[in-house]
Amino acid sequence: MKGGPVLRAPEELRHTYAQLGITLLAGMREIWAHKFRSLLTMLGIILGVSSLVAMSALVAGMEKGAKESLVAIGGLEKVRVEPQDLPVEQRHLTDQAVGITINDVYALDHSAPLIRKLSPEMRLPATLSANGKTYRPWVCVGVWPVALEMSEHTIAHGRMITELDDELARNVCVIGTATRDELWGAPEKVGREIIPLGETVYINGVPFTIVGMFQHYESEQERKARELAKLQPEPAQQQGGVARDRGRGGRRRGNFVFYLKNSTVYLPLNTVWMKFRSGVALTGFGSSFQPVGGAGGATGDPRLSSLEVKIASVDLLPEALQQARNVLMSTHKGIEDFTFRTQEDWAEQIAIFVRNARLSGGLIAGISLLVGGIGIMNIMLASISERVREIGIRKSVGAATVDIFVQILVESVVIAVLGGLAGLATSFALVNLISSFSPTENAPIVQVGSLLVAFSFSVVVGVLAGIFPAVKAARLNPIQALRYE
Amino acid sequence: MALVELRNVSKIYRLGEEEIRALDDVSLDIEEGEFISIIGPSGSGKSTLMHILGCLDSPTQGTIKLDGVMIQNAGARELAAIRNRKIGFVFQFFNLLPKLNVLQNVELPMIYSGISGKERHRRALEALESVDLANRARHRPSQLSGGQQQRAAIARALVNNPRIIFADEPTGNLDSHTGDAILQLFRKLSQAGRTIVLVTHDPEIAAVTPRRIEIRDGKVATRVDLTLAGLDRVAAKGAPAL
Repeated sequence: MKGGPVLRAPEELRHTYAQLGITLLAGMREIWAHKFRSLLTMLGIILGVSSLVAMSALVAGMEKGAKESLVAIGGLEKVRVEPQDLPVEQRHLTDQAVGITINDVYALDHSAPLIRKLSPEMRLPATLSANGKTYRPWVCVGVWPVALEMSEHTIAHGRMITELDDELARNVCVIGTATRDELWGAPEKVGREIIPLGETVYINGVPFTIVGMFQHYESEQERKARELAKLQPEPAQQQGGVARDRGRGGRRRGNFVFYLKNSTVYLPLNTVWMKFRSGVALTGFGSSFQPVGGAGGATGDPRLSSLEVKIASVDLLPEALQQARNVLMSTHKGIEDFTFRTQEDWAEQIAIFVRNARLSGGLIAGISLLVGGIGIMNIMLASISERVREIGIRKSVGAATVDIFVQILVESVVIAVLGGLAGLATSFALVNLISSFSPTENAPIVQVGSLLVAFSFSVVVGVLAGIFPAVKAARLNPIQALRYE
Repeated sequence: MALVELRNVSKIYRLGEEEIRALDDVSLDIEEGEFISIIGPSGSGKSTLMHILGCLDSPTQGTIKLDGVMIQNAGARELAAIRNRKIGFVFQFFNLLPKLNVLQNVELPMIYSGISGKERHRRALEALESVDLANRARHRPSQLSGGQQQRAAIARALVNNPRIIFADEPTGNLDSHTGDAILQLFRKLSQAGRTIVLVTHDPEIAAVTPRRIEIRDGKVATRVDLTLAGLDRVAAKGAPAL
């Protein structure tokens, strides 16, 4: 037998909205009444939210830097074929191993349809000298004209080596800006951009004519930093003093991948083969394997340092690799002296790194948010034990359990929301601070998604931290609460 | 039909093995418009009785009918709604919220009955006017005298137009002069037709009400139906001689 007509369920729904506004105001008033206490409580949430945003910005910056580098070296479709030590069971065939030859290039070109482009390379450990200076570039290779596309190079001045250059084994070369900077001086140093087209440069003592120069490669961040520096007034130059060496080209080296590209010298493949036959490096990076007999090997075909191929599509990578493997196994008479190096390993490593960084960063930020939540819960518990009498009064005038529950919960959420908003503001300052001492190419990027996630986490923490104190307050017996002193 | 019908109500507390009967088989009726006092020494069970009558507590046994509705089995939510709509409380220590001003304190019950802001404001001012406190609406309780605070509390009890008002030692924290003024206010309200239950330990205060119920050891001891204070309106209507 329950009293029916006194139930206020339908009206309750109608008025919840207005009531929530009042509760919200009351919550604000309560927080304002204890400003310092509330601020300290919010601090936990502020730190949690800002560290979450900063962490994700940091990781996003690193990811972007890594991906930029990946694209700069030719993307995922590029696969390197490199010489490799024979497997143990084939060691006795070492002297019959032919290595990667120009013959393989033709064979792959004819028999592996999934391979779109082929770029043979003969690396030359070279010393360049011109203008009274010498420089050892990172990459000095004999290539076909196709290498330009293969390695995502862009000619800024002059031209790329042509097929005719290759055919006639002409002494021409294309250089990057790092070589120019070292031999003739960087634009920042000499005050104007020198374009050394037509100049003669001696490569291992052999004169070459420079016919082209690549553009200057740099990450987006480097470019921005450089443009900013250009806008700022030049610092007063020391007159008469010794010009100080500011490192390579006076430029920050920045991302290694871009530096590597800038430090590239291209020669025609045939020229390298004809003029430097004995000097070509025949090993892959980091391999100690050096076949007997030097260049030429068992067949007399021009031997390559490595071979770069571009496959039709990343999705077909396994099939393309299998095709290439079949062809090469046949040309190498079953001797497995080659290996494929894909960028996928790198892409995967980026992904793993990003995942790990997110996980650990998220964990740290999550823990600090949790600590913030504990702080809120603690203060709410203290607050309700201060306000037992108030709760009793409210109940005596007709506040239902749910009203008290909502009141306490709203207070806790308001603290968390204010803390969350302040945390978002703080995070921008934090990100600026981090970017001031992080390397340029990895400058943190604040993402809208991370802001939203961090903020909603703070709200969730506020709700979770408020539930227990709110239940405790709502369950207070009105009679005992009224008697409480 | 009486406004409140209490039938064989008992309230039993357990302290370990011991069983304490705070109320023992109490039956009583309160008619609409009555001005009665519940009197008894401390520990007699009068507070427990008031709590049960005021829907702050539920009886262990027995039935209560308030305004035609059986409420002994009501849940906390329904009891809260009944307290909100049908019952007004006035306490010894006023029990105003110190952080709110007088007007906001008076508005408090209406917040829980979901009355719109404008209406709340109007009715709260009206209630304050009826206790001569409209000029103190923006003051904090701490800025008022005891008598003024109690008047604010009475305004709060009146504002939702309840069927019955319970006053628990309303003069207990006031000097005798101010106390008298508060009792006069209650009498005035009673004459205006309000049902008022005065809970007190002081026979002198109880003397202002036409009917008195004395509680001793959890039982209704004597039932007095006198027109001591000259309030013969109720008697003239023929209050039931219990």
